[in-house]
Amino acid sequence: MKKKSAPGAVTSPLIRKPIQRRFALFLLPTFLCFCAGFLWPFIQGIYLSVHSFTTTSNATWVGFVNYTKAFNDAGFRQAFGYTALVAVVSLVLINVLAFAVAYALTRGIKGSNLFRGVFFVPNLIGGIVLGYIWKTIIDSALPVSMSIQANYGFWGLIVVMCWQQVGYMMIIYIAGLQAVPEDMLEAARIDGANGWRTLWHITLPNVMPSITICTFLSLTNGFKLYDQNLVLTNGAPVRRGIGQTEMLALNIAKTFSTANQRGVAQAKAVLFFLLVTAISLIQLSATRSKEVQQ
Amino acid sequence: METSLKKASARPQEKQTTGKIVLTAVFAVISLIWMLPIAIVLMNSFKENGFVNSEVFALPNAQSYVGMSNYINGMTFGNYPFYLSAGYSVYITIVSTGLILLCTSMAAWYISRVDDLFSKAVYYLCVFSMVVPFQMVMFTLANTARELRLDTPWSIPVVYLGFGAGLAVFMFVGFVKSIPIDIEEAASIDGCGPVRTFFSVVFPMMKPTLISVGVLEIMWVWNDYLLPYLVLDQTKYKTIPIHIQYLQGSYGRVDLGATMALIILSLLPIIIFYLSCQKHIIKGVAAGAVKG
Repeated sequence: MKKKSAPGAVTSPLIRKPIQRRFALFLLPTFLCFCAGFLWPFIQGIYLSVHSFTTTSNATWVGFVNYTKAFNDAGFRQAFGYTALVAVVSLVLINVLAFAVAYALTRGIKGSNLFRGVFFVPNLIGGIVLGYIWKTIIDSALPVSMSIQANYGFWGLIVVMCWQQVGYMMIIYIAGLQAVPEDMLEAARIDGANGWRTLWHITLPNVMPSITICTFLSLTNGFKLYDQNLVLTNGAPVRRGIGQTEMLALNIAKTFSTANQRGVAQAKAVLFFLLVTAISLIQLSATRSKEVQQ
Repeated sequence: METSLKKASARPQEKQTTGKIVLTAVFAVISLIWMLPIAIVLMNSFKENGFVNSEVFALPNAQSYVGMSNYINGMTFGNYPFYLSAGYSVYITIVSTGLILLCTSMAAWYISRVDDLFSKAVYYLCVFSMVVPFQMVMFTLANTARELRLDTPWSIPVVYLGFGAGLAVFMFVGFVKSIPIDIEEAASIDGCGPVRTFFSVVFPMMKPTLISVGVLEIMWVWNDYLLPYLVLDQTKYKTIPIHIQYLQGSYGRVDLGATMALIILSLLPIIIFYLSCQKHIIKGVAAGAVKG
């Protein structure tokens, strides 16, 4: 068999040169669009975060003033705390529920496939429509609207996130549970371990990779949440100029809509990007170390 | 995952004990509750406007039932007709997904087979772009799109290709690495140029990844709100999520019965899509998660 260069690409001199000559056809279109749709806006975003501007053409250098302003913005700090709270609470609930459902649906009960299909459905619905469905229901079921009572807004958002993501995480957990070696479970059974002990000592350690993936996925989903937050409460109620249920993404988008605050908004966006990237990097190293153990 | 699914189906049919029957019953009830939000919206879509607001949880009765009129009115009510939003949504989703699949699969093949410094740089930039949240580029991307005249439904697929290239390139490169290069060499020896090798040999082999990426992109573009909201000229062009959000923004003055009907109409394509290729959707979505 041919030698496979480990992480890099497989190539051969026979086909490499002819492909390279077709650069303009194969790589260039994607690269140009990537530049217009990501790379240039990204670089410009970093550049503008240290400038004061209302449009991209009238930017003046202001140094790190925007960042200082972002840190001193009480609304931004509140949004950070609120986002972290939403992310952590939803992370725990989503993962516990998803694991429980996945565990029950891999016991070989009748109708498992149908139930899996049903649980997955909400995941297909976009945040705006999803939020609107639940806003209609929750606001009618409660004595006052979520936009008036901040804790209704909080739990409403958690319910919506669970409904949307439990089915998704369930799919990943089911894949993990089905990969647990049958002989290990068999051995535990023969040794007389009961259901709980088997779950704790055999199943859980074996699905650790799925748990890591789902934990970080729900964490980043929580931090990046925008659509549902916008539809359910749009940050309301507002107390002393600060939206009580405003999350980071919404706070940034709202700051952009004030023309003389755009520099601050862009600085907030860079901080937000650094935060999300940090979470992703921790995830990557966590997943890697788990793979080594196996 | 593929192997584990096969293994599971090969397991002998386990005996149905009383515990399992109870569990089935419990899950039947939970499944019904899980679908309740959609059922409530469906129910309200047949009720007269006033009744939707006052008694959301009541079944339609002789007084409140209006038949299909919400669906018919919903199509045109407001300042902007819904069928136009739906049309733009369908168009943008199909063209963007097609463009992404074609361009990124070609790019991924080039990246893996040429593997020079430039390709590697593009690849790592793509991987990097996957972690960048949209808020980071929301202002500058909208500006760039406007300057390059990418702010119409006809040209917005280019923006989607640019911003969505990361995940697609990443998934395609992962797959191309697993294709034995001997096949392409054989095609080359038989006189195929790169274009023919790609389209008649490599592209058909990519089918599983094409489906996975296609599903992910369809779900993304169809449900996306903020990108088209910022890029498109709102007065002329709307997509379904923008339309729904615009209706909810004018809360109170709006015909709620008709809005419920529009929600159902916007769910319909997704449900049909899901029922027709459930297996591919679940596999595609899971692949995007596990690799991302």
